[in-house]
Amino acid sequence: MRSNPSDSVKNFKEGVQAGIPIALGYLAVSFAFGIQAVSSGLSVFQATLISLTNVTSAGQFAGISVIAAAGSYIEMAGVQFIINLRYMLMSTALSQKIDPDLPVYKRLGIAFGVTDEIFAVSIMRKGVLAPAFSAGAIITAVLGWVLGTFLGAFSGEILSAALISALGVALYGMFVAIVVPPARENRNVAIASLIAAGCSSLFYFAPVLKEISSGTRIIIVTVAVSVLSALLFPQGTEGAANEG
Amino acid sequence: MKGNVYIYILVMALVTYIIRALPLTVIRKEIKSPFIKSFLYYVPYVTLSAMTVPAIFTATRSVYSAAAGFIAALVLAFLRKGLLTVAAGACLAVFIAELFLI
Repeated sequence: MRSNPSDSVKNFKEGVQAGIPIALGYLAVSFAFGIQAVSSGLSVFQATLISLTNVTSAGQFAGISVIAAAGSYIEMAGVQFIINLRYMLMSTALSQKIDPDLPVYKRLGIAFGVTDEIFAVSIMRKGVLAPAFSAGAIITAVLGWVLGTFLGAFSGEILSAALISALGVALYGMFVAIVVPPARENRNVAIASLIAAGCSSLFYFAPVLKEISSGTRIIIVTVAVSVLSALLFPQGTEGAANEG
Repeated sequence: MKGNVYIYILVMALVTYIIRALPLTVIRKEIKSPFIKSFLYYVPYVTLSAMTVPAIFTATRSVYSAAAGFIAALVLAFLRKGLLTVAAGACLAVFIAELFLI
């Protein structure tokens, strides 16, 4: 797929179009992230820098709670590894979707934008994934993510408490939007998700277990429930490639 | 905060990027192990569910407004609404609930 320049422009434009609704969704969530980052003691610059270099909702929220709790760098690395491990699956699926001869620097560029949402629009493209499409989608979505963070971090203090409270669920709303549709299609996903929510709550409330930090709790629950689910309900190839 | 914020940010960014970049640059063949494939398949849903519950209930000023937001998100997502609609709907539900609660 040595594409000619006009193909690249077309793919890039389609990428931008796919990226616009993602960017709008990211604005609300990253706005909430910006507010929370600043209230955890980070500066506007640091909050924005995190969004630009990480581009991951769940990982970033967990990251600022590790920073606020003065966790170790090792705990930070472990939390990021487990929470973002799902990107490894997505990156693996995308590795099957691109031109086998695609140069490494372009692969590294596509890798930067492996998020739940960008992955979903990329994997749904017909045929081989054009790097220009990824570039358009990533630039647009990341712009929304970084801008929202900056605005939230910058204006968090002047917003009313009611608005900040309402924005507090934006991130979780996004998570629900990612989990529920596949859980509706696949009973095993629904069961695994319910068990995960149950175990997480158990760790949160039960004596002794509740002493475990939130980052470590998510690591333990994710590994245990995913192993259990993989043993009890093995998935075929088709599921892994199609889910975002 | 004890550690250096910029080192934390560097650790976050590096770990996250390596996870994303490794398979795309290294894997040129299909993964064969059904166990690893299944494990990776469940990870996103399990992680996001564990992160959402019970944390969502303390994300707002009241457990009840948070529950309203959670229910709104579940219903909208069940109806296959998009990311933006679900997130905004959850926020709106919290906002409205708090008009009565607080």
